[in-house]
Amino acid sequence: MSKVSIGVVRFPGTNCDQDVFDAVADIELARPVWLWHKETNLQDVKGVVLAGGFSYGDYLRAGAIARFSPIMEEVIRFASDGGPVLGICNGFQILTEAELLPGALMRNNRLTFVCRPQRLRVEARDTPFTRRYAHRQIVSFPVAHAEGSFAADASVIERLEDEGRVVFRYVDERGGNGPDANPNGSMNDIAGVINKVGNVLGLMPHPDRAMHEMVGSADGRGIFEGLVETAA
Amino acid sequence: MTITLRDPEVTADVVAAHGITTDEYEQICTLLGRDPNLTELGVFSLMWSEHCGYKHSRARLADLPSSGPRVLQGPGENAGAIDIGDGLAIVFKMESHNHPSAVEPYQGAATGVGGILRDVFTMGARPIALLNSLRFGELDDPHVRYLFRHVVAGIGDYGNCVGVPTVGGEVVFDNAYRGNPLVNAMCVGLLAQDDLTRGFASGPGNAVYVLGASTGRDGIHGASLLASAELGDDTAESRPTVQVGDPFTEKLLLEATLELIGSGVVIGIQDMGAAGLTSSSSEMATRAGTGIELDISLVPRREPAMSAYEVLLSESQERMLVVADPHRESELMTIADKWDLPCTRIGSVTDDGVWRVFEGHDEVCAIPVEALTEAVPKYVREVEPPAYLAPLHAWSPDPGWLDDIDPLTALTTLIAAPSLANKRWVFEQYDHHVRTATVIGPGADAALLAIKGTKRGLALTIDGNGRYVYCDPYRGGALAVAEAARNLTAVGATPLAITDCLNFGNPEKDDIYYQFVEALRGVGDACRALDTPVVSGNVSFYNQSSAGAVYPTPTIGMIGLLQDIEKRVPPGRAAAGDRLLLVGADGAHLGGSSLLKEVLGQVTGRPPAVDFEAERTSAKAIRALNDAGLIGSCRDIGDGGLAVAAAELMFGLGADLGVELETSDDSDLHGVLFGEDSARYLVTVTDQDLVKATQLLAELEVMHRTCGRVVASAAYDIVGVGLVDRGTLEDLWRNAIPNAMQLSESNR
Repeated sequence: MSKVSIGVVRFPGTNCDQDVFDAVADIELARPVWLWHKETNLQDVKGVVLAGGFSYGDYLRAGAIARFSPIMEEVIRFASDGGPVLGICNGFQILTEAELLPGALMRNNRLTFVCRPQRLRVEARDTPFTRRYAHRQIVSFPVAHAEGSFAADASVIERLEDEGRVVFRYVDERGGNGPDANPNGSMNDIAGVINKVGNVLGLMPHPDRAMHEMVGSADGRGIFEGLVETAA
Repeated sequence: MTITLRDPEVTADVVAAHGITTDEYEQICTLLGRDPNLTELGVFSLMWSEHCGYKHSRARLADLPSSGPRVLQGPGENAGAIDIGDGLAIVFKMESHNHPSAVEPYQGAATGVGGILRDVFTMGARPIALLNSLRFGELDDPHVRYLFRHVVAGIGDYGNCVGVPTVGGEVVFDNAYRGNPLVNAMCVGLLAQDDLTRGFASGPGNAVYVLGASTGRDGIHGASLLASAELGDDTAESRPTVQVGDPFTEKLLLEATLELIGSGVVIGIQDMGAAGLTSSSSEMATRAGTGIELDISLVPRREPAMSAYEVLLSESQERMLVVADPHRESELMTIADKWDLPCTRIGSVTDDGVWRVFEGHDEVCAIPVEALTEAVPKYVREVEPPAYLAPLHAWSPDPGWLDDIDPLTALTTLIAAPSLANKRWVFEQYDHHVRTATVIGPGADAALLAIKGTKRGLALTIDGNGRYVYCDPYRGGALAVAEAARNLTAVGATPLAITDCLNFGNPEKDDIYYQFVEALRGVGDACRALDTPVVSGNVSFYNQSSAGAVYPTPTIGMIGLLQDIEKRVPPGRAAAGDRLLLVGADGAHLGGSSLLKEVLGQVTGRPPAVDFEAERTSAKAIRALNDAGLIGSCRDIGDGGLAVAAAELMFGLGADLGVELETSDDSDLHGVLFGEDSARYLVTVTDQDLVKATQLLAELEVMHRTCGRVVASAAYDIVGVGLVDRGTLEDLWRNAIPNAMQLSESNR
């Protein structure tokens, strides 16, 4: 059986590109493919990942410039055609700037960068990315961002909740919503959301950094396995 | 007087304002066979500054051991390199950015990180880790809190953006650093040995290019006037000498540089760091024994009407000087274009040994290359021990002097002192996971990275204790190396080599010079004894303000190797019932200790002597225990002694566990608990392995004793003395720094 090609987009300033590339390569049936920001050809990939980092230095606003790069036009078309797209950290920020996902990622309420192991609850498993997890499973992915506080109008938040589109929620070490649960002030402790159709997921925590127990957690594998399975 | 950059006259005042002495000026005239013009004078003032020319330190640094079977590149290049097997090499270096951080903490610290990253990737290595060593005054001072907050943010924002994890470091608070903080940054890179690239301007006729950012007026005289003089009370006026960092451009420059080196286009390459274009071009020509010719009218500028003087002396960041074969220029330009970086040919390599600068058709400088580098004056002198040392060394307390100090109160005071408290407030602001190789991150004795594609692990640490060095420069220097080696040993690694950053006051003063010479002798002896050559480093003098000099503070960045990363000693691998084992002798020595400083408010006595043989033996014992699979967890015993090591060990365990600590009979209680004698570790072993472990230690003839156990109740119990609830102790430890910083919310 031939391997499933998954595109990993590199913007200038993307710095988790290699981590995502390695994570995809770790999935048995997947083959990672670099997609350069100046290109307009998606090389027949079956899924796309926007990795973390500081695209264009996050100057102006995180993700604000990346969305106008040549490759993004193709990614937007790919997503509109139903192709699975995963945005991690800066990738999530770019997806909101490109309006493939609602809301915005604001500066952390603590006003500083935050890097720590983070527990999350899987709130929706009926998505291409989370089918490998159990209902309300608690997983651990690290967070590392300065602008990760998810914000949207009350009506948007309500709709996301009603439609079951909050896919990941921050929880504390015990799996509850204690004062240490939320690392950045996100509304409703939202860590990741999916679009209405269900093929575009953005999340701030890094499943790409949770691929092996040796670095603290292997819980992130499920997301990449789900993506590859869907893309196949 | 201030230097008027367009002043054509080189008068005595102008010479003095450039920090050049009358003797030095005469030497310059002899070397040139004439008087220098103003631009040339500026060039000499930089290249002969302490920061670039090491004139007070170079002769002494030559005494450090710098060779060994693993050393691929010793001092003198952009960074040192060592062989770690499998055709791989580690490139690493540490550098200070103390004065820029004192003047403008955010940019000063950020550009310190930027500079050290470039020193490593210019060698062809991909940076895989950053560490840092920081010193500030006490946190009750609002200006100190301002410096601390912005230095941490500057370090974090730069490294986070470039995508290199900050995996370890140390932060110490002491009023000795109030007027002059220390900001030392270390970078570690990995490469295939074949890709090791050096800063050589080889091959007359080859072309010289500037790659990266354009050149502006920032950082002019950073190396000479800011880094090579004491801080005055008018530091704010020095802000224009601090550079401004752009980590996004750095990331592009990193990728472009590695791609250029990989393509084989590059003959030689060097970062334009301190003294910018001047130092990079003259150092590259010196190493290759060539000359160099530059036309500075071709250098891309970001500001109009810059003079030759300004272009040559600018320390604008994120620029590289590249020497390449002009026939391969199109390959060079294709890679630069890919990363959206300007790349401009500005000159050629020549064979006449002269550093020649044109501005269009006008020659503005013509200086023999060696006059700028090899001819830098070297000052050596013999000095007497400073008067302050004798009373410190004569210190001998009265019997029973500590009877009033309750051990548990002392422990809680130590644990809550910001220097010993948990540093999460700091390291959560640093991305320590990016690149997904961080197996042990900040907060442990040492960091541990997986070297992907191999079974190996790379252990990293930074350590130094300025208070020790102040109290006894020789012992302090040696202890810094010994402590760093213990840090690496505690995670299961074998130390390989060091980089050092030598932070001292004004070396023209005898007391300071003595501290420098003796501390260096201690560092050198320890490196020889522990088989860790010094492959790179940096000297930072003039760390003093109107409040006086900082503690003499050599910081040691050490790397070590673990052949099989599965054999690492992770933090917190212990269960109730496990035994605590003290490897090494019981503590007794309190001179210069944290107990004296944090509990009694005294800085006195001598720090412990270093017994190199004991260091080697105890480290060997830890590795033997680990090889035999007998170690659960391990902490080296350092600041605060056994009592603090036991508390730190406990904080790494499951939340429902505690420790019971047994002091030995018939000995001095405070010495046993808080003594900082060297060559010691605290390990846990399971109950059934205890006999095997103690037998092994007996065979190796290493002193040891069982000193307690891990217990299933969350308390810290000093048997026969009393206990304190773990939660109480842990809250004090965790919250000391956040609480101190909270106080400052109103005056951010």
